[in-house]
Amino acid sequence: MDATPATPARPVLEGPDIARMLTRIAHEIVERAKGAEDVVLLGIPTRGVFLARRLAAKLEEITGRAVPVGSLDITMYRDDLRLGPARTLARTDIPGDGIEGRVVLLVDDVLFSGRTIRAALDALNDIGRPRAVQLAVLVDRGHRELPIRADYVGKNLPTSLRETVKVQLAEEDGRDAVLLGVKQTTPAGER
Amino acid sequence: MKRHLISAADLSRDDAVLILDTAEEMARVADRPIKKLPTLRGRTVVNLFFEDSTRTRISFEAAAKRLSADVINFSAKGSSVSKGESLKDTALTLEAMGADAVVIRHHDSGAPHRLATSGWIGGSVINAGDGTHEHPTQALLDAFTMRRRLAGGEGDLNGRRITIVGDILHSRVARSNVHLLTTLGAEVTLVAPPTLVPVGVETWPCEVSYDLDAVVAKSDAVMMLRVQRERMNAAFFPTEREYARRYGLDGERMARMPGHAIVMHPGPMNRGMEITAEVADSPRCTAVEQVTNGVSIRMAVMYLLLGGNEPALSTPSTTSTTRTEENK
Repeated sequence: MDATPATPARPVLEGPDIARMLTRIAHEIVERAKGAEDVVLLGIPTRGVFLARRLAAKLEEITGRAVPVGSLDITMYRDDLRLGPARTLARTDIPGDGIEGRVVLLVDDVLFSGRTIRAALDALNDIGRPRAVQLAVLVDRGHRELPIRADYVGKNLPTSLRETVKVQLAEEDGRDAVLLGVKQTTPAGER
Repeated sequence: MKRHLISAADLSRDDAVLILDTAEEMARVADRPIKKLPTLRGRTVVNLFFEDSTRTRISFEAAAKRLSADVINFSAKGSSVSKGESLKDTALTLEAMGADAVVIRHHDSGAPHRLATSGWIGGSVINAGDGTHEHPTQALLDAFTMRRRLAGGEGDLNGRRITIVGDILHSRVARSNVHLLTTLGAEVTLVAPPTLVPVGVETWPCEVSYDLDAVVAKSDAVMMLRVQRERMNAAFFPTEREYARRYGLDGERMARMPGHAIVMHPGPMNRGMEITAEVADSPRCTAVEQVTNGVSIRMAVMYLLLGGNEPALSTPSTTSTTRTEENK
């Protein structure tokens, strides 16, 4: 987030909370996917990729089997590309065996409008035909603009549109936390 | 570089690395079953070719189509240009058709610059080779190939020794490469007969040598240029045999190159002239790889120029390139 909050963002979840949520999601995946045998985890850059890797490690702990994990960059499929300068691309890395006929579990940090996930579904379509696609997010902050919902949610965080939600992960930010802040409103009060 | 890509000299190091990094991601699309991205849907790219070209035109066309742009091919032969239409009137026609980008190759140096700065058209101009001036996308794909082979596909070309051999005088590829490779931190040496070294080369950021054997032994990449007979209006060297012996690359010379060093050629090759068949067909020669990389580079350039509402190159970092929370 580049908009600096007027009041400092306040942590609503800390490292141990995030670790517990990921463990719970991993157990739910194993339960629902009946052993998670044909699951492929695809994280959406940047932080979704780290969450996908953490989930994969937990799944391996539980099932004793390595779970394929990769990343899916959705930049070229965004619906708002024309609203700003061309964005830097991130890495798309599909595990060797592909996604054909498997259960793809998309992983992202925050679920908000749902537009990222719409783009991810389009991107997946060009890569192969999974048996099913599911979605795991760390935080669901509501305010959907598309008919999309998550299958696995770390925490439902009711927010107002004036608030910002920021996930920090040790791999990228040096610490694990979910921060809730207030968006800097334009002086004229456009909203 | 603002909205156009006219000269490799306009690119900053960060711009160049951004293009190479973007091309690296574009290259991965070529490995997928569906080699297409929806990114430039509804945009129109015109290939405006006043001069013959096989690989560059096809490469730009493939790149634009992989990004889902509409492509209009225009070649001077069989067009109104052969009836005497000027560049300006051709440009106004393209503008009236709503071209978002014009890829131009022209036999006169400076034609793309004229097109970009005249106000005739509103879209981006991409130089696909103008006279003996520049060919920036060729330099970018050469740098991309070198970075993949010599630097693990990351960062710049800091400290690499690159040698460009042959018809420097008539070569827009050499000119663009000297600028770009220097920007990326490489040390460039030009090797050519004195008659084929351009006037004013001392102002270029590179060394000049007349002794190929001495330079080849310490080069990380040797780029052979085609002797451009069609541009030669005087006797620049006595015989082709003498040229080939002193400035051509044969198996014996190649053997003196360091083990990791590569041989490059922008094509089209004159086998037996600047390069022997033995070298051209060896695994150290990247000519075919360069063609493949050309599509990725041109996709990257078109994406960065046309993908957003303004080009992503050389714009101040006021706009974040990471996903903003509003769009999650």
